[in-house]
Amino acid sequence: MTDSGATVALVLVSHSRELAEGAAHVAGQMAPGVRVVPAGGTDDGGLGTSFDRVDGALRSATEGGGSAVVLADLGSAVLTTESVLELADPGTAERVRIADAPFVEGAVAAAVTAHGGADLAAVLAAAEAAAGTFGARGTRPEASAREVGAAAADATAAAGATAAAGPGTSGGREPDGSVRATAVLRNPLGLHARPAALIVRMLAPYDAKVQVDGVNAASVLELMKLGAVKDDVLTLTAQGPQAAEAVARLVSEVEGGFGEV
Amino acid sequence: MSLDAAWAVDWVRRSEAAVVEHRDELVELDRQIGDGDHGENMARGFRAVVARLDALDTPPATVGDVMRLVATTLMSTVGGAAGPLYGTAFLRAAKAGAELDADGVVALLEAALEGVVTRGKASVGEKTMVDAWAPAVAAAVAAADHGAPPSEVLAAAARGAHDGAAATVPMVATKGRASYLGERSAGHLDPGARSSELILAAAAGAAAAADGPTAG
Repeated sequence: MTDSGATVALVLVSHSRELAEGAAHVAGQMAPGVRVVPAGGTDDGGLGTSFDRVDGALRSATEGGGSAVVLADLGSAVLTTESVLELADPGTAERVRIADAPFVEGAVAAAVTAHGGADLAAVLAAAEAAAGTFGARGTRPEASAREVGAAAADATAAAGATAAAGPGTSGGREPDGSVRATAVLRNPLGLHARPAALIVRMLAPYDAKVQVDGVNAASVLELMKLGAVKDDVLTLTAQGPQAAEAVARLVSEVEGGFGEV
Repeated sequence: MSLDAAWAVDWVRRSEAAVVEHRDELVELDRQIGDGDHGENMARGFRAVVARLDALDTPPATVGDVMRLVATTLMSTVGGAAGPLYGTAFLRAAKAGAELDADGVVALLEAALEGVVTRGKASVGEKTMVDAWAPAVAAAVAAADHGAPPSEVLAAAARGAHDGAAATVPMVATKGRASYLGERSAGHLDPGARSSELILAAAAGAAAAADGPTAG
């Protein structure tokens, strides 16, 4: 959490009013309660950036002592924001960071991370890790539901623990102490933005580090990068005091189709 | 003869006249390798500066005061990169004192260049306004080293900016919106370099006028 207790806010600076508002809408949908302030277009509604509009947005985003991460679309949006910060009072400027990130993807990553109560540095880092969001399809080994049983059996044998057979498994232990389980994606669009965000938000309260197919389950964009589709088998691993609970919850969420089936 | 606030005000008025007169040219240059709004932005910005000057109860007392008025006005009225870039340039130039001798003129130009480079992070050869300002500063330094008076220093700076802007034509842009065009940006004069040339010519013109008909 930030010092003020509020979540980190976002300011989206764009050459286009519609683009800033649209991106704010998309990011906000995945992170209800996070303040996302659009600042796009010139004062007369044309394309370009407005010093006054950005200045107003930053004031609004940081009022009450809060912090903010700025996403900017093209170069001069960064320049305008830097100029605003140069002329702003030092207390405000200290609490603002401009992310070097793609506009939409960075906004989404930052919003979801802020929603989890992260501090300014973590929200900034999430935005900046958003570059190169979508990996090439087909780099993940495909697996169908039929192969789940075999995979589950292997995991059980390797872990030396008994586990329920069937589509999803949970509770197996890896040699390093990680909890391991598999789950089958049920929902038609697979692990797209909405379920990825749900996973991140759902896992946030658990005292555990969780991975899905080896990627960090606390990162919306890492999850989406998997390109996992319906019927894919996901391998879930977790470490930490609540690893087992987190994995069990995740299995049921995945198997439940995230409420989409 | 040192340059004072009256010279700075005249510089601003001449700059406004120049960017308004060359508005279409700047739009066209920017249309070819940018988003086509540079001429409109500069005209709007300098018109706003002149309007603020005209609205003052008392004329500005120092060169620095004029620079600051230009800076803050341009920052909030010029869209695109030119607003923050020129705004920062004039903001740094506002450190100039009440009146400028030859060294003072050099310091003002160096500060302006430092502002552009700090804000835009471009270096020479990237096809930007830096390619007009850097040679202008170099020429100003050389002139001052040879004992030239302020008006001569500015005339040298204006020539440096002119040559520098012309030199941008074959360059491939590696900064700014034009950099998205890559090789296609070659063969065009950079609009920011052109407007810089106009503004520095205005500074020299104002200084020459201040010298008056008795100047040698």
